[in-house]
Amino acid sequence: MNTQPTAEARGAGFWLRLIALTRKEVRQLLRDKSNLAIGVVLPMILILLFGYGLSMDVRHAPVAVVLEDPSPSAADIVTGLQLSPYLAPVLLGSMPDAERLMRERRVDGIVRVPGDFSRRLAEDKARLQLIVHGSEAARARLIQAYASGAILQWAQRQADRIGQADAAGGPVLVEQRLWFNAANTSTWYLVPGLIVLIMTLIGAFLTALVMAREWERGTLEALFVTPVRPTEMLLAKIIPYFMVGMIGLALCLLAARFLFEIPIQGSLPLLLLSSVLYMLVSLGIGLVISSATKNQFLASQIALLSTFLPSLMLSGFLYDLRNVPTVINMIGHILPATYYMELLRTLFLAGNVWPLIARDCAILAGYAVLLLGLARFVTRKRLD
Amino acid sequence: MADSTLALESRALHKRFAVKASRQITQALDGVTLQIPSGSLAALVGPDGAGKTTLLRLTAGLLRADAGELRVLGIDARAEPQAIQNRISYMPQRFGLYEDLSVLENLDLYADLHGVPKAARRERYPRLLEMTDLGSCTARPAGKLSGGMKQKLGLACTLVRSPELLLLDEPTVGVDPLSRRELWQIVRQLVSDEKLSVIISTAYLDEADRCGQVFVLHEGRLLAQGAPETIRAHAQGHTFLVTPPTHWPTRRLQAALLDQPACIIDAVPQGGDVRFIQRSARNDTALVDLLHGQPLQPIPARLEDGFMVLLRQQRARDDSGNTDDPPLDQPVAQPLTPAVIASGQATPQTDAERVIEVRDLVRQFGDFTAVASTSFSVRRGEIFGLLGPNGAGKTTTFRMLCGLLPATSGFLQVAGVNLRHARAEARRQIGYVSQKFALYGNLTVRENLEFFGGAYGLRGQRLRERLLEVQRQFHLTGQDNIPSGQLPGGFKQRLAMAAALLHQPEILFLDEPTSGADPLARREFWRRITALAASGTTIVITTHFMEEAEYCDRIVIQDAGKVLALGTPQQVRAQAGDSPQRRLDMEQAFIGIVEQARGRHQPTSQREVIA
Repeated sequence: MNTQPTAEARGAGFWLRLIALTRKEVRQLLRDKSNLAIGVVLPMILILLFGYGLSMDVRHAPVAVVLEDPSPSAADIVTGLQLSPYLAPVLLGSMPDAERLMRERRVDGIVRVPGDFSRRLAEDKARLQLIVHGSEAARARLIQAYASGAILQWAQRQADRIGQADAAGGPVLVEQRLWFNAANTSTWYLVPGLIVLIMTLIGAFLTALVMAREWERGTLEALFVTPVRPTEMLLAKIIPYFMVGMIGLALCLLAARFLFEIPIQGSLPLLLLSSVLYMLVSLGIGLVISSATKNQFLASQIALLSTFLPSLMLSGFLYDLRNVPTVINMIGHILPATYYMELLRTLFLAGNVWPLIARDCAILAGYAVLLLGLARFVTRKRLD
Repeated sequence: MADSTLALESRALHKRFAVKASRQITQALDGVTLQIPSGSLAALVGPDGAGKTTLLRLTAGLLRADAGELRVLGIDARAEPQAIQNRISYMPQRFGLYEDLSVLENLDLYADLHGVPKAARRERYPRLLEMTDLGSCTARPAGKLSGGMKQKLGLACTLVRSPELLLLDEPTVGVDPLSRRELWQIVRQLVSDEKLSVIISTAYLDEADRCGQVFVLHEGRLLAQGAPETIRAHAQGHTFLVTPPTHWPTRRLQAALLDQPACIIDAVPQGGDVRFIQRSARNDTALVDLLHGQPLQPIPARLEDGFMVLLRQQRARDDSGNTDDPPLDQPVAQPLTPAVIASGQATPQTDAERVIEVRDLVRQFGDFTAVASTSFSVRRGEIFGLLGPNGAGKTTTFRMLCGLLPATSGFLQVAGVNLRHARAEARRQIGYVSQKFALYGNLTVRENLEFFGGAYGLRGQRLRERLLEVQRQFHLTGQDNIPSGQLPGGFKQRLAMAAALLHQPEILFLDEPTSGADPLARREFWRRITALAASGTTIVITTHFMEEAEYCDRIVIQDAGKVLALGTPQQVRAQAGDSPQRRLDMEQAFIGIVEQARGRHQPTSQREVIA
């Protein structure tokens, strides 16, 4: 393949062949239902699933309230808890009852108002007990935070009502250590992550199948013995799947904007530019895998294991990379998905942070050039 | 540009492949030197693994030679493969049509890739469509065409423009005689109209016989080359026809002759007689005894005869060292007394037990009738052949007989069991060898046999006995630990048959077992089949080699789901108009019968749709 293409081959022939191959690719894409399912239906399912199903929010968590003090101020606390949209207090008379419910996992926590509550309140030394079911750490912390918040609010109101100027110390002592996701909108950071996943899926997974499929069905052998060039074949694969990726992106952006009402703080053109870059990276990975394995099953497995799962686990989608062991952090920073994830979150939630955007876009562009170059290198019109 | 009057020129061409799994190296081409002049029609023939496909792929610039020189149309194939690919057309063995694109879209794709101008297409397409008889279904997806039609569309795609050199790799494998004849008409017409150079590889030696030049490859080396006459000359004066004595089944005599390798090179049944090649031209006394004094009729040699002589000579040279081609497990010296013949008498008696009984069998797919009220019966120990064009309903009939597909209506009894009620029971009585290798490639020979034995319910001592027995019968002893995927083609087929016969079925079903196999392998295969039938196993077989129908006791010819002919090969030939004045071979008879039936019904293209 080291011969220089003649001037004639560079010209009209190139476009004619590219258009012919692209048309073929688009037709196949449209006629094969499984492609459309992965390209369009799956993103929509993922959006709905992740947007509504995989929420890290807590709402209406049942909490037992044990009132051992019959005083009005104690009853007032219950009202405070009831006002919280995150908690659903269940009023109980005795601690053993509450413990039983807790063991049966019918309540997620217990707020105990001890018998000496109002007496100690008068002395500014009131105490409440908050017990949280700890089997799901993340949920437990949220419930802990919400309950504490509700009680603190009550304390604040109490202080206002009494007209105490010295509210800093507060009349009630509640251990309040965590504030986790106070805004309660995990979709805000999940949806940008979801866009990364969908782009990876369409780019790497779908494309990994197409070249391998041609190897498997033996369609390439006849195609090779024509004036067609490897570059034309690759471009014809890239163009339609790039379009599918952009459709997926559009679906995600629409969902983000109108379904989940996520603000886009940064500029939309920048968001599109970074998506185009990542799409090219993703297509490059898919084509390299596809040309190297020549087998659909193997290609899909490798694509899944080397792109989709790492993007899910290691790109900062589910776990913040700052909080993971150094080795995993380093692996995470090899993945192109990590940089795209960072770009998207910044552009969605923070705005145009130029130094970070410039750096990440440059890294993605580098990956795109490298991977597409590699794809061109491994795609040869040879059978041996 | 070197000598441009040569379409192909190779000097000491070498190519080897590493077989990944076994870390062995296969020498696919071992110093091939040949010249093919422009404007000629050249055939590459040779057994499996001879290097035909490798040579064609090297020519197409798809592979790079390890050593040696190869110039195609005067261009160095190593340095400028793209320049060659711009000027030639190549039809691979498995032409990869885009199955979800329509006939016309496939044609358009290749026309675009070859840069055929629109004006040229308007002229070329109607001609291609007419030649291939695809004009009526240009909008149909390629995946919905029958095997023969796909092959013709592949050829049409390769011919969207007139190339300087056309490479065809076994274009007629698995194609029925009618489609085969049509394909050849197209090629021939192009050669005469457009002065094309064509290189074609084929397993059908009658096709090669009609080419200008023949190259015989064997294990990567060129065994012989020249005009067909040159190849034929190797057998000239050694070929004879003998009519079996009255009441002798042709097959028996043919087998007996084939079992005398000392004086017989080859023997095949032909039109009720036996055609054979004698090793020496002089009269052998052993032969005279064998033939019971029947007169020998000298006949002109065919290309296949010359090929067999060449191949047997080569094998004899190879075998002086090792014996990877084991002798057939047959009591060779058994004298053919009338008593022996009677005991193995396979010619059906009218009162013989019927092991397969089919009455008014119908199978419909939606509103398409694949098999229409078919009736026939097969008797114990018979070899029964199912013939028909691609898409005639053969495969459907076959699958119903094996209990793989329920019938829409009709009566179907196999091995005394009604398939409508007791399919599992019937399956225990049958063995099935599919067209593709259906064993587990990464299991060893023994593991495969043990698995299939277990699947048929064989256990313990009984299983061990049967394993030993089939391994001996099919010469697989000592091959226990070889992964079956790595066996050579012939071994794979023996293993598949061994697995199918483990449970000693009454009936063995074989679906196109000889497609793409070379004559040598096919002789060996049929020798086994005749031996099996002689031992009482009933054989039902499909094939596209019409001369193989001569081995059958009775055949049925199907087309469009209907039975067109049923009877002994002799009767079927007679139905087609065979007479002592005008001898017809099986292929001519087949084509005659099918065309006659089609003439009465609708045009070809309407019906050739596969179910």
